[in-house]
Amino acid sequence: MDFGPFLLLATMEGLVMAAVLALTAVGLSLVFGVMRVVNVAHGEFFMLGAVLAWFVTTSVPGPPALGFAAALVVCPLIVGGIAALADRAILKRLDYDPEATIVATIGLLYIFQQAALSLYGPDARPVQAPFDWRLQLPWFGYSGYKLAVVAAAILLLLGVRLLLVRSRIGLVMRATQYDRETATAFGIDVDRVYAGVFALGAALAAVAAVLIVPIQQAHYLMGGDPLLLSFIVVIIGGLGSLRGTVLAAVLIGLSDGIVSVFFSPTLAKILATLLVALVLVFRPQGLFGQRVA
Amino acid sequence: MAAVSLLSTRGLTRRFGGLTAVDGVDLDLGTGEIRALIGPNGAGKTTLVGLICGRIAPSAGTIRFEGRDITALPAHARVALGIAYTFQITAIYARLPVYDNVALAVQRRGAADLAAETLAALDRVGLADRAGQTAGTLAYGHQRLLEVAMGLALAPKLLILDEPTQGLADTEIETFKRLVREVARSATVLLIEHNMELVMDLADRITVLNFGEVLAEGTPAEIRADRAVQAAYLGA
Amino acid sequence: MTGHRGAILGLHLGVIGALAALYFVLPAYHVSNLARVMVLSVFAMGYNIAFGYTGLLSLGHALFFASGLYATGSLVQLAGWSAGPGLLAGIAAGALVALAVGLLALRTTGVAFMIVTLMFAQAGYLLILYFGPLTRGDEGYVIDRAARAVAGLDLSDDRTRYFAALALFALALAACLALVRSPTGRVLVAMRENAERSRMLGYDPFRYRLIGLVASGLLAGASGAAYGLMFGYVGATFASIQYSILPLLWVLLGGAGTVLGPFLGTLVMFYLVDLSSSVTTAYLMVVGLALLALVLFARKGLLGSLRERALPWLP
Repeated sequence: MDFGPFLLLATMEGLVMAAVLALTAVGLSLVFGVMRVVNVAHGEFFMLGAVLAWFVTTSVPGPPALGFAAALVVCPLIVGGIAALADRAILKRLDYDPEATIVATIGLLYIFQQAALSLYGPDARPVQAPFDWRLQLPWFGYSGYKLAVVAAAILLLLGVRLLLVRSRIGLVMRATQYDRETATAFGIDVDRVYAGVFALGAALAAVAAVLIVPIQQAHYLMGGDPLLLSFIVVIIGGLGSLRGTVLAAVLIGLSDGIVSVFFSPTLAKILATLLVALVLVFRPQGLFGQRVA
Repeated sequence: MAAVSLLSTRGLTRRFGGLTAVDGVDLDLGTGEIRALIGPNGAGKTTLVGLICGRIAPSAGTIRFEGRDITALPAHARVALGIAYTFQITAIYARLPVYDNVALAVQRRGAADLAAETLAALDRVGLADRAGQTAGTLAYGHQRLLEVAMGLALAPKLLILDEPTQGLADTEIETFKRLVREVARSATVLLIEHNMELVMDLADRITVLNFGEVLAEGTPAEIRADRAVQAAYLGA
Repeated sequence: MTGHRGAILGLHLGVIGALAALYFVLPAYHVSNLARVMVLSVFAMGYNIAFGYTGLLSLGHALFFASGLYATGSLVQLAGWSAGPGLLAGIAAGALVALAVGLLALRTTGVAFMIVTLMFAQAGYLLILYFGPLTRGDEGYVIDRAARAVAGLDLSDDRTRYFAALALFALALAACLALVRSPTGRVLVAMRENAERSRMLGYDPFRYRLIGLVASGLLAGASGAAYGLMFGYVGATFASIQYSILPLLWVLLGGAGTVLGPFLGTLVMFYLVDLSSSVTTAYLMVVGLALLALVLFARKGLLGSLRERALPWLP
């Protein structure tokens, strides 16, 4: 293949990656932004979404599209429910102490991994794509499903934005983020907001996983990469900033896709992790964030 | 004015956004004096001492200590030079024993016999018999005294006390007065205080701050007579 | 405080003596386990200096352990050094890497510090994978038996290994005890309790945190270097995130900020996993539940709770 088409292919692959990453990272960012909780188990919510998608699609009879649609609805709901439960049973009781919640979410990470290993097994299993259409370009054919993933992610992100900016729920969330005590004084049930935000963050990771699972198989250890990449994205984009997060996801997704095509993916990851560390040390507000005086 | 200047600031200024908390302050502290810093709430007293001890960086101006420019020196290095600061809100190590709280200060200035000198420092404020107690379990007045003991144990040349008598009982204030007079024999004391009676009784000189600027400076009698101070501060 | 000197000395000498005696009592299987626990508890003791005493919650200590492991392993196995100098190089590597990480990471605090250390450790892990042809990546390599003798002591022999592990353990324990009872140790604790107050007592927080982290890295490196020589295996797993979490778990379990806590935590966790493995293979579940239980119900760990309830003099 010539360089031009090769770059186009790499860019398209990068966009798919960026789309899924943006959804996952926005979930992480939301939880950090509103609750100030660094959720180390976020990647496992992603993994749970993928594994559940396999269970749902294999148990729903009929055409693959039907099972997939069911998974798209059911998996985020279940994962969100688990997250809300974890918030109530654990994080709330820790009073959202930053260091204790990190240790607790590490504990959750191991528990979810073990649960998936025990109930789902050590194998990677594929989920059939809901449709099988291919886009034929002059140089290569490209999966129509992958393009649909990008479109779905954009729609979902717009939905999240609308929810945050326009709806009453968004207003309540922002009020809670701004000042927990005042929010309580204005009659906002902060506990419910926190449980809801934690559930929403996890559900976003789960949706991202359902979308990716026809492309990348479901496996109980698949949560590591999305967690690491989400961290990278959220930190480079500026902790808690939604716009920065999406921008950074596109940047990382594209560059990771392109760099991995031309260089070793391990080297790309090394550079990305070092970049995150250095951003946190020298520019803690993120590359796109504003410095606060 | 005091003949030998221990600390002098020139044009010391600190802005927070649009607000100028400390505005072009020239302050000279003589060796061995007790200076009180008074002024209405929000006059910039705590910011000014924060600048002097290095907790806050100035927007403009210079600070000299014993003739040396210390404007760019970090806080911990200023402590090493002999500037000690006791916190407005009690900042003892609540979970450590009383002994360790003071030993940390004593070992900073260097001590031949750490245990003996620590106990001696505690004895000065009357807490020697509580050395083994966890600091956070002390009564409030004792915690304030411990805070002062930590400042004293550094054997500073300049001791900055930020509202040290807040919340103290009258008997404790008497103990405190005696302590400050004793300290002033070997060090300069800069005192932020709202208790006017105490200020008039204790201070050699008083500096009045208003809207970040020095409004007046003089002996207690002069300050009491100053019309501008009365208008701005005493509400007369 | 000056009191309880005798009790403290007696307790720690007693633990060392008991461990020496156990060699003659325990069956071979447990002797080998206990040697492993003693070496790994040196890692935990190192972690405890940073986390328990200085208040630095690092999520990247695997990097320091692996620095010791790989420095010693590569020098002995790949470059043909003899084991003694290799061991010293491994210890130095742990301290030097901690110094380099500290110079950068200690410009941050709290959650940012946790993530920065996590990222550095991850970069170190990936670096080992990247140099796969040399390090053999996840699969790792074995250090030849012949190369594992320090000063004529063959560390592949069970008995020698046990007492070498005990010697290292005793040395580390003594070092920790001396450090935490020294004026420097008091300042480290002061940093954990209130860094701003300590600054106003004239202590530079950056400097003392760096001291804490380097001391911590040195012990972690020593543990890694000794582990490589004693058990003869070097692999990338030891650099993975899991080996950053384990010392945190051991220290939390035994009691952060207690001298013997790290050993107790390592011992209990090791046997918890060992015993539960006969009932269930759910090793991860045990670790996860232990973390949750500790953080929810026993933040102070075993010895921390004991100190609070009964033995206030426990260092």
